[in-house]
Amino acid sequence: MTKKLGLIVNPFAGMGGRVGLKGSDGADTLQKALALGARPEAPRRAVEALSMLQDLKGALEIVAYPHEMGEDEARQAGFEPTVVGSIDRGHTMPEDTVRAAQDLMRLGVDLLLFVGGDGTARNVHDAVGDRVPALGVPAGVKIHSAVYATTPRAAGDLAKMVMEERVGAFHDAEVMDIDEDAFREGRVSSRLYGYLRVPADTGHVQNMKSGRAAGDEAALAAIAEHVIEAMEAHPDDLFIVGPGTTTRAIMDRLGLQGTLLGVDLVEGLRLVGSDVGERDLLERSQGRRSHVVVTVIGGQGYIFGRGNQQISPRVLAQVGLQSLMVVATRQKIASLRGGPLLVDTGDAEMDRRLSGYARVITGFHDEIVYRVEA
Amino acid sequence: MTARVRKDYQQARWNEPVIYELSLPGARGVLVPMPDGEVQAKAGDVLGRLPKGMRRAELPNLPELSQKHVLSHYLHLSQETLGSNITNDISEGTCTMKYNPRINEVLVGDPRFAELHPDQDEDTVQGILEIYHRFSQIIKEISGMDEVTFQPGGGNHAVYTAASVVRAYWAARGQLEQRNEIITTIFSHPCDAAAPATAGFKVITLYPDKQGIPDIEALKAAVSEHTAAIFMTNPEDIGIFNPRVDDFVRIVHEAGGLCFYDQANANAFLGVARAREAGFDMCHFNVHKTFGTPHGGEGPANGAFCCANELAPFLPVPRVVYDGKKYHLDYDKPQSIGKVRDFMGTAGVILKAYAWTMMMGAEGLRETADVSVINNNYMLAKMEGIRGLDYAFRGNGIRRQEQVRYTWEPLKNDTGVGTDDVNNRIADYGIEHYWTSHHPWVIPEPMTLEPCETYSIDDLDEYVEVIRTISEEAYADPAFVKAAPHRAASHRRNDDASLDDPAKWAVTWRAHVKKTRK
Repeated sequence: MTKKLGLIVNPFAGMGGRVGLKGSDGADTLQKALALGARPEAPRRAVEALSMLQDLKGALEIVAYPHEMGEDEARQAGFEPTVVGSIDRGHTMPEDTVRAAQDLMRLGVDLLLFVGGDGTARNVHDAVGDRVPALGVPAGVKIHSAVYATTPRAAGDLAKMVMEERVGAFHDAEVMDIDEDAFREGRVSSRLYGYLRVPADTGHVQNMKSGRAAGDEAALAAIAEHVIEAMEAHPDDLFIVGPGTTTRAIMDRLGLQGTLLGVDLVEGLRLVGSDVGERDLLERSQGRRSHVVVTVIGGQGYIFGRGNQQISPRVLAQVGLQSLMVVATRQKIASLRGGPLLVDTGDAEMDRRLSGYARVITGFHDEIVYRVEA
Repeated sequence: MTARVRKDYQQARWNEPVIYELSLPGARGVLVPMPDGEVQAKAGDVLGRLPKGMRRAELPNLPELSQKHVLSHYLHLSQETLGSNITNDISEGTCTMKYNPRINEVLVGDPRFAELHPDQDEDTVQGILEIYHRFSQIIKEISGMDEVTFQPGGGNHAVYTAASVVRAYWAARGQLEQRNEIITTIFSHPCDAAAPATAGFKVITLYPDKQGIPDIEALKAAVSEHTAAIFMTNPEDIGIFNPRVDDFVRIVHEAGGLCFYDQANANAFLGVARAREAGFDMCHFNVHKTFGTPHGGEGPANGAFCCANELAPFLPVPRVVYDGKKYHLDYDKPQSIGKVRDFMGTAGVILKAYAWTMMMGAEGLRETADVSVINNNYMLAKMEGIRGLDYAFRGNGIRRQEQVRYTWEPLKNDTGVGTDDVNNRIADYGIEHYWTSHHPWVIPEPMTLEPCETYSIDDLDEYVEVIRTISEEAYADPAFVKAAPHRAASHRRNDDASLDDPAKWAVTWRAHVKKTRK
């Protein structure tokens, strides 16, 4: 059966970067970027990604929105796309991305390939959630979301593997919400916005010597088992469980309804609070032994200050750092490319105390000693 | 001289069915005649003597074929392999695929050795016991350690023996509950983590610093009163020797822990550096790698585990001892961890390794190290300038030892062709697939090559030229390389995903039938 690839290009993604505007969100910024002589980046990157799918021509149907939102790029890459929807040429808005993603999902695409930045990823997330596999082609000014391939070609290559049914697994990757206004003023204020289902590149030819690497699922289960053992050993302690899919695996294994994007509380293997804020955390952990369980958020190595601001410097000071449990799969640590884990709690003294070396729980009774920097 | 590159290579492609699918009901390889009446009468009811529980109710489900068809089936399969001795196997980094002298195969085939049985009385096997004893003296000299056992059946098994000895050591001191962590490094062999985990320890892994050497500050942060031992490989899998290894040993000893040196592949430092001088309490060698005995195809292998006197009481039994006149098997070791394998380990590997080592002599062992390091650095220098190819921790000022972890990341970024694609294409030149690295890939798009001392300059040049050619192909026509192999026996797996799906994969015919029937 012919495979369907949905293509969405945010034509303005990345325009702010070249002229130093740290993003392209907001109509004003876009006007400013255009006035400063910014040139569209996204179309070129879209064509580059699509060039990887060349030899599937004929066996692949590309469905796209008109003109600069995908049609033009597909044609430039030599494809005859099926065009749906309508846009106001030259004046596309985030709502167009949302509409396009919804339409393409309804048409039953096998993969949504979108070209843009963090804002584009959020629009796609708003439209489809985790109901259809998606993958980002990086074109944005700054990309904090983990739903993007490293390069346009890598994205194209992975998309091709999905079309050829050579991708064995899909996993949840973070979509981040960065406040661009704050970012321009030199502050990073972000939260975890949600997750998209992205293809995992597991099609490696394996040398039999190493056997096959355990899949993400197995690694997450092993990490969860390690943390649950600690919970069982300390049934009277409070466990503050931060956001993310790695920590969600713990809740899943316990059969608890945790919140994916919020902070939950576990005591005696029972859920005793969900989506709690800083004030709650301070009250509930007052005068009792507590443990903080967090994971690496956003694909850049942050363990504090991105997506889990509820676990504030005051909370950390109160519960003490000896109780910290950082959890992440080995794959996730490898994806940091040797870069350190990062902390940005907003309190320089706390950041200093968190810096140095942390033990990261990567499996059952399995830990990595890893560098942490502010 | 132009390097030979087999551009017109074409492997046989038989599209050979599984042997069960070739089965012809009623076909037989050998027709065994019925014994005559007298024999039958003497033998009586043969099956009746078998215990009931061991008798089959139904015939076994075996394929039915003539001798000729069995022979041609396996010949077809053999033509579809690319293994040692048929290809340029520089590919298998970390495996030390050196050429193994054929004369040693004659030795182990000699009936005076081949027909020995491990259950024979020790008086009747004095010859092989003498060889065990002599080879253990050699290994003690090479490692600097006090004792050695050849019982483990391979490298991982020797490391597991080490973990078991560490466990017994701390148990004997009543501190096993407290000393429950074993430290290793990310570029050590994975068994340095897996074996301690199997023995019940928690495993703490260190990442490298910016130079690619295990981060010594991370080690300082990792050691504590819980440290049972460190298990580390050196040179690590990326071909870099940790020059501060003695500091690592000192830090672990100061924390009260033991130190195990994984020397599975000793090719880079035979006769150059010893575990004893670096301060280690234990080490091991993969006898089937460094000491010139063939491996691959799942064995036979042998792991020599060596230790200092303090740990000797915990070694597996029996120990081969010599009283000045005779060799004995000594089982009287009350603190021993027991047996880790039946009998005495793989005797054939020990005999071949002993013969190889005696042929080489002390100077020859040192030359082995020198030539393998020179070969590797010659090849690394020739690889320079190949477009899209780089290597891990370039520019750290440390000379590579016996292997290099290369990376195709630039090629992947430029063309979309990654290491798996290059690896598929290399088979089109009659070269076996190379070793990428263990998972997860800490070094992206990896390729690990180990040109041992037995490769000629022609072999090295051929390999480099093939790599250069594939790089050029990738830039000129990435789709062609990504569709490789084009000239090899097997094309590609048609369903990658099923390898990760326990409901689909099967390693036996019975499992396959069971899983596909439903």
